[in-house]
Amino acid sequence: MKLILHIWRQPGPKAPGRMERFDLDGISEHMSFLEMLDLLNEKLTAEGKEPIAFDSDCREGICGMCSLVINGVPHGPEKGTTVCQLHMRHFRDGQEIWIEPWRAKPFPIVKDLVVDRSSMDRVMAAGGYVSVNAGSAPDANSVLVGKDTAEQAFEAAACIGCGACVAACKNASGMLFVAAKVSHLGLLPQGREERMRRVRRMVEAMDQEGFGNCTNQYECEATCPKEIPVAFIARMNRDFLKAALFSS
Amino acid sequence: MKLDSKIPGGPLETKWERHRFEMKLINPANKRKHRILVVGSGLAGASAAATLAELGYEVDCFCFQDSPRRAHSIAAQGGINAAKNYQNDGDSVWRLFYDTVKGGDFRSREANVYRLAEVSNNIIDQCAAMGVPFAREYGGTLANRSFGGAQVSRTFYARGQTGQQLLLGCYSALMRQVAAGKVRLHVRMEMLDLVVIDGTARGIVTRNLCDGKIESWAGDAVVLGTGGYVNVFFLSTNAMGCNVTAAWRAHRRGALFANPCYTQIHPTCIPQSGEFQSKLTLMSESLRNDGRVWVPAEAGDTRPPHRIPEEERDYFLERKYPSFGNLAPRDIASRSAKEACDAGKGVGPEVGGQRRGVYLDFADAIARLGREEIAGRYGNLFQMYERITGEDPYSVPMRIYPAPHYSMGGLWVDYNLMSNLPGLHVIGEANFSDHGANRLGASALMQGLADGYFVLPYTIGHFLATHRLEPVSTDHPEFRRIEAEVSERTRKLLAVEGTRSVDSFHMELGTLLWNQCGMSRTKEGLEEALTRIPAIREEFWENVRVPGEGEDFNQSLEKAGRVADFLEFAELMCLDALERNESCGGHFREEYQTEEGEALRDDEHFCHVAVWEFRGVGERPLRHVEELEFENVKLSIRSYK
Ligand code: FES
Repeated sequence: MKLILHIWRQPGPKAPGRMERFDLDGISEHMSFLEMLDLLNEKLTAEGKEPIAFDSDCREGICGMCSLVINGVPHGPEKGTTVCQLHMRHFRDGQEIWIEPWRAKPFPIVKDLVVDRSSMDRVMAAGGYVSVNAGSAPDANSVLVGKDTAEQAFEAAACIGCGACVAACKNASGMLFVAAKVSHLGLLPQGREERMRRVRRMVEAMDQEGFGNCTNQYECEATCPKEIPVAFIARMNRDFLKAALFSS
Repeated sequence: MKLDSKIPGGPLETKWERHRFEMKLINPANKRKHRILVVGSGLAGASAAATLAELGYEVDCFCFQDSPRRAHSIAAQGGINAAKNYQNDGDSVWRLFYDTVKGGDFRSREANVYRLAEVSNNIIDQCAAMGVPFAREYGGTLANRSFGGAQVSRTFYARGQTGQQLLLGCYSALMRQVAAGKVRLHVRMEMLDLVVIDGTARGIVTRNLCDGKIESWAGDAVVLGTGGYVNVFFLSTNAMGCNVTAAWRAHRRGALFANPCYTQIHPTCIPQSGEFQSKLTLMSESLRNDGRVWVPAEAGDTRPPHRIPEEERDYFLERKYPSFGNLAPRDIASRSAKEACDAGKGVGPEVGGQRRGVYLDFADAIARLGREEIAGRYGNLFQMYERITGEDPYSVPMRIYPAPHYSMGGLWVDYNLMSNLPGLHVIGEANFSDHGANRLGASALMQGLADGYFVLPYTIGHFLATHRLEPVSTDHPEFRRIEAEVSERTRKLLAVEGTRSVDSFHMELGTLLWNQCGMSRTKEGLEEALTRIPAIREEFWENVRVPGEGEDFNQSLEKAGRVADFLEFAELMCLDALERNESCGGHFREEYQTEEGEALRDDEHFCHVAVWEFRGVGERPLRHVEELEFENVKLSIRSYK
């Protein structure tokens, strides 16, 4: 099949960017979206032009590196799917497609479709852990965790840190990302000791990094490739309130 | 060259304990005077960096991704082994040790494997304490499953995303140390060379992938946790960025490379669907616990699966290996699938003139356990399969085919995980030591974390305590010299301005290797590869086109450097395969097989590690050997019948 692509080109962080049009032929419906871009890049290279910069690594939906907005939707039209797992069978021959980077204040553009998400690492550094040094752990079965609790914690822990939730939100809020980590660790007995401190510090770090507020639009949940539910945000808000009460 | 593996004396069960006592310690107050450079942030790298920082060392941690959390360990699915014996089914440290040595086809070091089995239990404790959401029983205890060729249930798991959850655990420990100021994190930074001063590894040279800046970093020890090299095949289950560069650059600077021909071809991957494909997707082999592998009994039978009656199917693993059946180890399962396809019994679409696929059928399991139970066990894998193939595995049997997945070979290390270059330590998949010629399922995660949490943090202290290291800074002329070499190489890649893309060379190399040095190998095939690789390499340096500039974010340039190294490394891999005149584990030489077509080891001549010394590109490297001694297990024919 054949597609008309409009792709964001931006030579560097400070340079101005613009959409550029490419007509691409010879696309197979079995290709993934990124393989379609590989094809385009091979073509550009052959023509002596500079290929389009975009991020990907695992290409199996787990590392969280790929990050494209397709026709206005982070990771594209398929629910619960990262763009590396999106296949061309979901597009029509001749379709026009707009491809843009994550756009959010905490994610400055590096080049073309590549952004800098180190703000998310810094939020994690603020408290997204259990403070336990290697070697100091008790026997794993000495702390029981109910099956349902473990399942729920897992659901939150499934976040791949891609940032689609931020890119989807008109406020560039990082609430779903932070809530997922706060809930994952807060639900488990191992993470309970630091629960209040963790939520306070992560939320503070999130604000400092320029992530916006949550105004309950739930675009994040709709776009999350791991379908992490917004219920975790409510959970985090409760924890945060409690933490604020305790500390005052 | 004398290779000293530094295996401590005494009985196997007490070697590690004694060694820990005999190793010198560094005074806690002095630890902060030592800077350690850790390259890679996967399970091995991140756990090592975090643990070293917890102990008080100053650590720099480097990764080429935009966050340490994206390292490819994240994609491991199935689980992690430990000898907890929580299931009361007869497991023990000794049994895990024995299974691993046997699974590796008696080509690994007893002492290393025993230590691995010993610390496996600490890993589970550590990970649980860090909040890894392992699967649980209703009573709240940890759940286990049996996995990949084990007859006991010793595998701990977090649905089909165990690697992700374990890596996020290490990542969180790492970020805690970043916040504490003990680890300096360098993302989108690729190691392009190792700096050796007076015979000791003292630093690395990196390229900043955002702006192309070439920089030097000095330290008292360098740790490589840079993963495996099966992306040399172009198509593999590895992430796009996985590469051999760090290990290969260290090899060129004098670090020895061990058993490069030991690669693992994983049996349960989604078959290739076309020529354009960029990578292959693995599905956890836990699927083999309930799925049954079959092909049509008649070659050329192209009826859809549901139209092929039971008696016209060949459940070839169950037929050939009645006691292990569908759970036969990876190398055996992979080779059997290839045999069936080579015999014309493959299923699915034709790619490159052959149907390469066998069925993995859940119909019986669904009938026995119900759809819901199967969804609970494998839901996300089924979803992934459907997303990629457009087929629903609840109603149509999955199609699978083997794909390159893991490298057992790697840089040579001694018992202390140090290479022959003092100061250079190698951990996780990047070293060679624990899996022999074949790795068992759920052992990679165990080894990565064992090295990073519980082995290296001890042994590196001993190195620092017993070596007088002169202070060096990056102003040392050797750093300047190597920086200049790295810049020159980058400039050369850009200056070729030929007509072929980097990928086209990578694909050409990969196809050649897959055919001649993949699942089965022959003398003639390897010799052919050894004449063709230098030709491809030569053409690469004359005709590659790398667009863009060096002082910029330039993904073509990143790839070009990695492929250039693969083009050198591939030769070593084929040479190693050619020189190893036996079949063992993942290394199957067609000339050496039993009448039933099983791998035929030659313990008399090849019960050793092949250890290669670099002598220049295109020069024949030197082959050294480290004899393997088996004092505790009897060398036997690995039978899974
Ligand atoms: S590339 Fe890893 S999630 Fe898409």
